Parts: sequence; C-alpha cells; structure tokens
Amino acid sequence: MADADETSKQAERNTNVGDGIAVKKQDIARAKNEGKELTKDEKQRLRKEKKQQKKNKKDDKGESEHENVPLPPSQAVVQCQSQKAPSVAPSLALTPVSVCTSEKPAKSKAEQRAERRARQEADRAAKGKKGESAQQPPSGKSKAPPNELQPVVKRLPEHVQVDDPAAVRKLAKKLERQQIPVRSEYGYKVSLFSHLHQYSRKAPLTQQISIPSTVIHPYIVRLGLQYSQGIVAGSNARSIALLHAFQKVIQDYKTPPNEELSRDLVNKLKPYISYLNQCRPLSASMGNAIKYVKKEISNIPCLCKEEEAKKQLLSCIDNYIKEKITLAATTISAYAIEKISNGDVILVYGCSSLVNHILCDAFDKKRKFSVIVVDSRPRLEGREALRRLVKKGICCTYVLISAVSYILPEVSKVFLGAHALLANGYVMSRVGTSQIALVAKAYNVPVLVCCETYKFCERVQTDSFVSNELDDPDDLMVTRKGKIHLENWQDIRQLGLLNLVYDVTPPDFVDLVITDLGMIPCTSVPVVLRVKNVDQ
Amino acid sequence: MELQAVLMAAGGGSRMMELTYNTHKPLLPVGNKPLIWYPLNLLERVGFEEVIIITTKDVQKMLTPDRLKLDGKMKLDVVCIQLEGEMGTADALRHVQQKIKTDVLVLSCDLITDVALHEVVDLFRAHNASMAMLMSKLHEFTETVPGQKGKKKAGEQRDFVGVDATGQRLLFMANEADLEDGLTIRKSIMCKHPSMRIRTGLLDAHLYCLKRCVVDFLVENKNISSIRGELIPYLVRKQFSKSVNLPNNKDEVEMSQKMEGQTNLEILGSCKDEELLRLTQERSCWNDHHGDMSEAYHGGKVRCYVHIMEDGVCYRVNTLAAYIEANRMVSAPKLIEDPPIHPSAVISECTQVGADSIIGASCQISDKTSIKRSTVGASSTVREKVKITNSILMNGVTVEEGCNIQGSVICSNAVIGRNADIKYCLVGSSQRIEPDGEQRVLEYYHGSSQGKICHLEPMTV
Repeated sequence: MADADETSKQAERNTNVGDGIAVKKQDIARAKNEGKELTKDEKQRLRKEKKQQKKNKKDDKGESEHENVPLPPSQAVVQCQSQKAPSVAPSLALTPVSVCTSEKPAKSKAEQRAERRARQEADRAAKGKKGESAQQPPSGKSKAPPNELQPVVKRLPEHVQVDDPAAVRKLAKKLERQQIPVRSEYGYKVSLFSHLHQYSRKAPLTQQISIPSTVIHPYIVRLGLQYSQGIVAGSNARSIALLHAFQKVIQDYKTPPNEELSRDLVNKLKPYISYLNQCRPLSASMGNAIKYVKKEISNIPCLCKEEEAKKQLLSCIDNYIKEKITLAATTISAYAIEKISNGDVILVYGCSSLVNHILCDAFDKKRKFSVIVVDSRPRLEGREALRRLVKKGICCTYVLISAVSYILPEVSKVFLGAHALLANGYVMSRVGTSQIALVAKAYNVPVLVCCETYKFCERVQTDSFVSNELDDPDDLMVTRKGKIHLENWQDIRQLGLLNLVYDVTPPDFVDLVITDLGMIPCTSVPVVLRVKNVDQ
Repeated sequence: MELQAVLMAAGGGSRMMELTYNTHKPLLPVGNKPLIWYPLNLLERVGFEEVIIITTKDVQKMLTPDRLKLDGKMKLDVVCIQLEGEMGTADALRHVQQKIKTDVLVLSCDLITDVALHEVVDLFRAHNASMAMLMSKLHEFTETVPGQKGKKKAGEQRDFVGVDATGQRLLFMANEADLEDGLTIRKSIMCKHPSMRIRTGLLDAHLYCLKRCVVDFLVENKNISSIRGELIPYLVRKQFSKSVNLPNNKDEVEMSQKMEGQTNLEILGSCKDEELLRLTQERSCWNDHHGDMSEAYHGGKVRCYVHIMEDGVCYRVNTLAAYIEANRMVSAPKLIEDPPIHPSAVISECTQVGADSIIGASCQISDKTSIKRSTVGASSTVREKVKITNSILMNGVTVEEGCNIQGSVICSNAVIGRNADIKYCLVGSSQRIEPDGEQRVLEYYHGSSQGKICHLEPMTV
C-alpha cells in the first residue's frame, strides 16, 4: 500500500514537473468542484509535507548557517499550504519541497554522518556503558555506518529513573510540550527507592492548572483528582473509571478540519494520559485498556463519518468493560466456587473487588464457609472488605498482618487478588501479599490468586525494588489520644518514611491462578499472553 | 467547559448606606480600586476567561475595562436587572439561566480574599458534590467605626455550621434567628455522622460552586429567592432526607411530583447518574466513613462540602467596619501587585508617607504632611502640615493646610477646611468641613438636601 502510494506520488510529481501549469489548472478546477473537503490523497500529502517540514527543521539544527537559505522559501510554501484548504498549494509546494529535500541530504549526508559519529563517541566516553534512553539513538533517516557496533540501547521507562536528571529533564520537556504541569517531589526518599516518584497528597496537580480547565478535559481533571486522593482505588475501579472518562472525552470530541479522527483523537488522548500518570502512576490494567482504546481508534476506517465513528468507539468501550471485567468476574467466580467447599476457612488480604465478588457469589450459592480478613496499615483497606462481607451475612474475623502466622493454622485456603500478573509468573499485588503467600507456604496452605486476563502484562520483574509506587509518606503519621506521632519526621535527618504500595510474589508460592480462561498454574502466564496476541 | 463564573453585583449595600447612597457598592474604592476589582482579579488569576456579571444599569455604565483596571483579557458579560422587584440572588441566577451551560461558580462582588480557589473547586470535583462553598474564620473588628456614636450592637445573629470529622462535609447550617427553642439535630444525621463539630465563628464568603442540576432545580422552583438564605440550607437538609426510590414508570413520577409539590432535586440529578459511575464506586475500596454498614457517602446523592480557611485574607465588605478593615488589609502586598504609591502622584520632599499607605494616581501631597496607615484616593490634594492617620480618603478630596484627620472616612470630592481637626468622623460625598473649630469626634457629615437618607443622623446603632 505504501509502495503503491509512493510510486503514484512519484508519477504525480513527474507529471507535475513535466506538465506544470496545465495540471495545476486542473487541480484548481477539481478543488473548486469538490469544495473545501480535502480528499484522502491530499490529506496524506499534507501529512507528508508536515513530516518533511519536521525533518528539515531537524536537519537545520545540525547544519551550518548558509544551508538555511534554500530552506525557508520551501518551508514558507509548505507552511502556507498547511493552512489553506484548496489543493492548489500542495501541488505547488510539492515541487519545490521535493527538489529541496533531494538536494539537501545529498549535500550534507556525509557531513551529518561524521558529526553524528563524533557526537556518539563523545557521549559514549562520557557515560560509559550505561546505555540510557537519554542518549538518542541515531535517527532512522540516515543509516548508521555499518562498521560501527552500537550497544543495544534498552529503554527504561521514565518512572523508574527519577534520580537521573537527564530523564527528568526529558519528561519535563515532554510535559511542557503537552501543556501539563509537572508535579513536584515531596520529602526525603529512602535511598533504595530514590529512583521512584514520591508525591504529597496535599499538593494536588490541580493547583497548577487553570480552574475551568481548558487544556485538559474536565472529566479527566476530576478523575486525576480522584486517583490522587484515593477515592477511586483498586485496579478494576481505576480501569472502569478511566474508560468512562474516555467515553466522555470521545463524546465531546470534534474533529478539527483537515484532520482524521483516527489520528487526531489518539493525539488528543496522549496529554490526558500524561496528566493521569502525573496524578498517580498508571496501573497495568489501565495500560492494557489504553492500548485497546488506541488500537480501536486507529482501526476506524477513514471514510467513516464522525457520528458513526464515535458511536462505534463508545460501544467498543462498553463491550470491553462488559467482557473483560464484568463477565470475567462471573466466569472466575464460577470456577472459584468449585474450590470452595463447606466448612472452609478462607483467608483474604486487603480489599480485592474480585475476591469479594467471588465470596459473595459463593455465599449466595449456599456454601458454608467463614472468612478471615487480614489487614495492614496505613491503608487499612481490609475494613472495607470486612464491611462488604459482613453486610452480606458472611462470618468474618479481622486481624492485622502481624498476626497472620498465629491464625494460619486455622486457615484452609488463601484467596488473593492481583494488581497485575507479570510475564515470568510473578504476581504483583498490594504490599504484604508476598508475606501472606510465604507464610501460607510454610504452613502448607494452598494459595489461589484470582485475576482477570486483561491484567496480564508483558513486564518481567523479580523483586519489588525495581518498579513500584511510593505513596505519600505522611500517611504513616497517626493520631492517638490527640498526639500526632511522627509529626516532624522531616526535621530528623536520619529518618526516612517509606510507604510502598505494591510487592511481587514469586510463582513458587502460588498454587493456582484462576482467570476467566480457566484455572492455570502461575507459569502459564506467558502462554496466555501469546494466545492473546495471536488473537488480536 | 467546566465552570462558569457568575458575579452578583446588584446588591444595594443596605448596611453601609452612608457610603453607598452616592457610590454604588461594586464601585466603592478599596485601596484605590473599585470593590468589584477584587473578585474579578481572583477569577482572572486562577484562569477564568469569561465572567457573567449581574448588576444594575447604573453600575453597568461604569464597568468598562479601563475603569476596572483589569490587565487580562477576561470577557465580561454584563447582565442588567431591575432593582424595583427586590430580586434575590437566586432570582438573579434564574434570570441568567439561559447562559448557564455547565456547573456554576457564584461569587459576590464584595468578597476580598486570597484563597487558593482550587481547594474549593477540588472538593466539588473530587466528590462529585452538589454544592461546595467557602468559609473563613471571622475577624473581630476592633477599630472604632467613624461616624457611629454609641455602643455597637452586640453582634449580628450567629451562624451555626456543623461539619463532620474531616472538617469538609457540611452537615448542618442554621442561623440563630431561625432557632427559636435551641439547636436540634436530627437523629439520622447523628447516626450517620456520630462526630460533628459545630462552629460559630465563621464568615460565609458567599462563594458557591453549584452543580448544573441545582440551577435547573432553581428554575423549576420559583419560590426560592435567595441563594444564601434559602437554597443552601435546603441543599444541606436535603443530604439527609429520605432518598426517593427512582420510580419506574411515568405515572409514579407524576404522582410523586404532585405529592411533593415541587420537582425533586434527586430525580433531576440522579437521572444523569451513570451506570459506570455506580460500577466504579462498587469496585473501589474507598469509603468516606468507617464504622457502620453503609457504602460511601451513605448512598446519598446530594452532597455539600465546605472549605474553611484558617488563615489568609477573607473579607466581605458589607458593613462600614468591614470596609475600613479591608482598606487596611489590602495594603498587604498579596492582593495588589501595584506599588502602593502610584507613580503619577506628586509627593514633595518633606512628607512622611508610611509604608502601609496607599496613594492614588495624580495626587498632590505638599510639604510637611504625614500620612500613616491611610489610603488617599486618586486626584486628591493634600496641602501643607496635614496629619492623616488611619483614614480613608476617596477620590478628588481636598484637604487644606494644618488639618488633622484621624480614623475617618472622607468620601469623594469632599473639602476639609483649614486647620480642621477630625477624629473618627465620616464625611459624606462633596461635603465641606468648615475651617478651624474645635475637634469633631464621631460625627457624620452628610448633605441634608439628600432626602433619601435624612434618617441617618449621627448614628446610635
């Protein structure tokens, strides 16, 4: 498809150069007949012009000054054609631009290559063998000289590089481009986790944006606020809220002229996603949901009318929620109920919406069991799980995690929820889960993890340090009898407060994973991922 | 669009008639800027691009951008209402209902504050509240009020405000005047919120974020005429009234409406409640209270929140005492970015102008004068050997030589004769104080030709 386009464009160019005026007149006539709407070809041409423009700008930076002179006229022409609708300009601009771009690289390719080689050597010498993403790998337009062996540059995500000033600067530049404010770090970070972000709940991101928010959609602002204050917490709730907000964004979206919905809407969503990431780091389930939505948007056929496209997208999102979250929960509880027998004592940790759902369903189906809810500070989410189960009528016991080895001899099964399932079989869940799994293993109690397939992610992690989330350290302050303990923790130099959110549990401690595809062992996660990718 | 701002500037200033009989309240100079500049500046600073101003015809003529000294590009959409009908704030909001397409932020023109507005709006956003308002600690005015002889009244009727343990959710609001036999709190409220703090020393800043469905509700219910007096207490009470089960068929809706006599706020609001929002709340492991069996917010759809400012500037300029206090406070650099002494003022060498005084444009201050803690309006002339302390001089005032002005308010275009000694007096607009004479204390000078206010003699309030 691309090749055919190229050749047709080549042909067009040649004919333009050859026929010149006659073709231009035809174009003008055609444009007048078709009105202001650009045809698909013209839109593609426009896009190519913009890309050329960007390339030329980049070249300019590396070039000496005298080479700028041939560029401005073509750039000026290119720019003015991007503003006007009629197709006269593209055909006019095409000629000078094509001429220019063929001239310039020929002049300066050698120079560019030499400069770039020199730069790379200098960078490599300075940074050693770190191979960070801050170093720009050679851009694709000029092929790297084959006799040079480039070290494989592994890109680290920026959210684990907070102690690297270059990565922080890069993030700041990206956010500035998207007009999103940067959230400032808070408090002293424990050295092992100094590569992660740590924010304060008392300094919300809304302080730095205008009050009737114009850059960011109001629903996204509200969502970000709810994330950062913990009003919407829990992997499933966050994903549903995110998709709901996306639905609102799509409803309010209007395609600007000369743009296609399938391309522009994705660009519109990018700053919103950065904003939400600043409010609270995205979860794996949210990441998968975003990938799905972006894929659906890009798959919208270009000839589709805006109303239809919007309706289709909204129904896609509804289907995703229905299939991957609601129906998955029903399926999982149908599988799980086979594992719950009468007289069981089930241990749960924290508040997992899926595990609560399973237990409530099992209770509805007249299974006789009792539950032990284990809870931990500072979130104390177990209280909410306790409330929901007791409201249903289930017999519950409530303990803190420090007592888990005391009550485990009485437990027959452990049901755990998961935030994400990693590709090497590790389970990423609320901090404390790995402890429970460890102690359960020691007492030979089966551990069952319940997780929907949309939470499976391709990351690999073997410890909880590399990638995690740091919550507000002030949450650890507690008021007892009117006295706030740890009130002035910032004044004590040697004291650091650590409020971790997640930890990873190795697959040796997990006996079974119950997903909507069935009950699988932990090590089968890569298989599921592979099957999912093939499906898509 | 997220929020629209509505500025209420149609009030008459009935509690400071001495000042407002000549100048309309929104245009009263505070720190040499019209009073309405302060809320407009607040809105502009946080990023509002449009404001709807509801005011009278006379004020509208004066509301041109250069008069208002607004630097930014905020669009002012001025709507006039007739004052004869005694329109309340809710009636005014109903009047502009056509222009309101989103949630609305209602402000009063006499609010001077440096609050971080995102605190109020964040409460409104995060909890999907029906109403969020701003309150501040009440400051006692200790300065002697000029022109008022006799003891001040013991104080206006207090407001009782009940908030929950977090200090953000508004549970109870009543004015002392409405409470005949004492404070009663419904048992259902106590069951849901066993820990409640009742505060009395709070000033209501008259800054409200209201949801769109509340505005629609106002349109349906024409008997509500004041936002502060009727709508807010209604909303606070409505949080705890028995929730109406959404009727399934049309007949039930009509029947329930007839029984109630007015459209139910919940029906208007909850139709918009999305299925997905409910699902989110179900799956989220968050609750706003702990200890009982109910879900977040006790399942209530109407929620009212309040942000209480513990420190910072917050004044409502609706009495003379507040006006004077505001003039003092405004010289604090937080609110005005302009230099206190206007560059075009001509001040001679041997004068002493205190750092906390504000001198307006084109003033002429002659030798050997001393100005402390005072505000001098634009185009005023102050001759030699004058001592001005703790006073407010509005525009165009002429002060002849040798005067001693202390703690007074001199309205625009007044003339103070030579060697006059004025202490704690209020000189009305365009009045003339005779030169010489003994010290005048706590006098109120107004033209007897103004028929409207002849009952305002030296005050015994």
